[in-house]
Amino acid sequence: MDFGRTMKYQREAEPDWPHQLKQLPGCERLFSCIQCGKCSGTCPLSIYMDYTPRRIINLVREGFRNEALSSKTIWLCASCYACAVHCPQDIHITDVMYMLKREAIQHQMYPKRFPIPVLAREFYDLVRKRGRSSEFWLVLRLAMKSNPLILLGMVRTGFWLIRTGRLSLRSERIRGVHQLRRELATPKEAQ
Amino acid sequence: MARDYLYFPGCSLKATGVAYEESMQELFRILEMPLRELEDWNCCGATSYMAIDEESAFQLSARNLSLARQNGNSDLMAPCAACYLVLRKTQDYVKKYPRVHRHVAASLESAGLPMMDGVKVRHPLEVLYNDVGLEKLESKVVRRWRGGPVACYYGCQAVRPFTEVDRAHNPIRMDEIMKAVGVPTVDYSLKTKCCGGALTGTIHDVGVRLNYLLLKEAARKGANAIVTLCPLCQFNLDAYQVEIQKESGESFDTPILYFTQVLGWAFGADPRKLGFKRGIAGRKLLKQWFAEHAEVEQYV
Repeated sequence: MDFGRTMKYQREAEPDWPHQLKQLPGCERLFSCIQCGKCSGTCPLSIYMDYTPRRIINLVREGFRNEALSSKTIWLCASCYACAVHCPQDIHITDVMYMLKREAIQHQMYPKRFPIPVLAREFYDLVRKRGRSSEFWLVLRLAMKSNPLILLGMVRTGFWLIRTGRLSLRSERIRGVHQLRRELATPKEAQ
Repeated sequence: MARDYLYFPGCSLKATGVAYEESMQELFRILEMPLRELEDWNCCGATSYMAIDEESAFQLSARNLSLARQNGNSDLMAPCAACYLVLRKTQDYVKKYPRVHRHVAASLESAGLPMMDGVKVRHPLEVLYNDVGLEKLESKVVRRWRGGPVACYYGCQAVRPFTEVDRAHNPIRMDEIMKAVGVPTVDYSLKTKCCGGALTGTIHDVGVRLNYLLLKEAARKGANAIVTLCPLCQFNLDAYQVEIQKESGESFDTPILYFTQVLGWAFGADPRKLGFKRGIAGRKLLKQWFAEHAEVEQYV
């Protein structure tokens, strides 16, 4: 009988990992968490998450990198910052979530065709190339790369958006696109 | 002398949130506060950039802030909550972290842009509250509100860290402004609960449920409409109402307005210029409330 694995062995953890994270902007107060659960209570999405925000913070703090990075939680976080303003220990939980998303993308640890990181990537490329996002083209690219069938569900909404003049088919582009590319190409300092 | 307000529309105000831009322009015209769009602005990066590459997110905002500086303006108004937060967060991080500061400075330099110091990022709600003031807003009212009580919905990012729009836990400025112009408001307990933002487009099922809660609570409190300050909140609550109705089996037909539309109406603007026709939900009610009347009612 499979009872699932709710307890982990210490050897499965990577204890150095959270100490590296602590150096990153926004993650400094990671170790001051008192596990009060206010973040999970205030999070509008915690009921859909596989680990609540409180548990994610604890997983990260204890070095369970694999569990934290492959969780659905980090992708369900809508960045509403409710946890961050409610945290009595002033932990910037939203920034910790962002950091986890970045690391998960970097190491390709997110579920394939999961629409949220796909959308983030498509958006990223579009803005990098043109300087602006165009909602219509973004949704189209998202559908193609995740699940084209979602377009069927959007027909009605699309119809109304066209009717009310809110759907722009224009592909936006800024004049200073080369200037922007030069700016974005500036290398980071070495860690 | 009337002062000039520079604003950063962001992508939404040019597409799904076009009614926000239209009504804001009309409102500021009536208040004799000239508006000017930031030239050649780029996307703020929203939440996606932060999730992929934080440094690029700061670079995107830095260009906009630098353009505002070049314009000689000390204020940059960002009506979209996501743009507002990202611009503010960039400033905060540049100030707090020398590494971020150095990288942003180097990036701007290689793009031939001046540094971005001294720009104050503002939100129209807070501009109206602080620069115009409740008394003056009240004195401008020429039309009586016909829509009954509304729920003021602040959403998430405009009232969270890095902000000066209002306090995070129980913002009340939009309520105060609405009351000042004769619009009754209800005690909306979900006023800062997130609408899910982009989730309605990605994890649709979850996004729809979040918005169902928001609509349901507003109705339970007796609100006839929801007033928003963010294009994403407006879009989610407005565009998915039919679907929410179908899924929940409950009937909703709640107009979702921008606070700028309500104010514009109260101050006597031509309803056609306020983008009321761009709403999807509650179109019949909107017609009743905002149809053009021969004579402008005097507010008593």
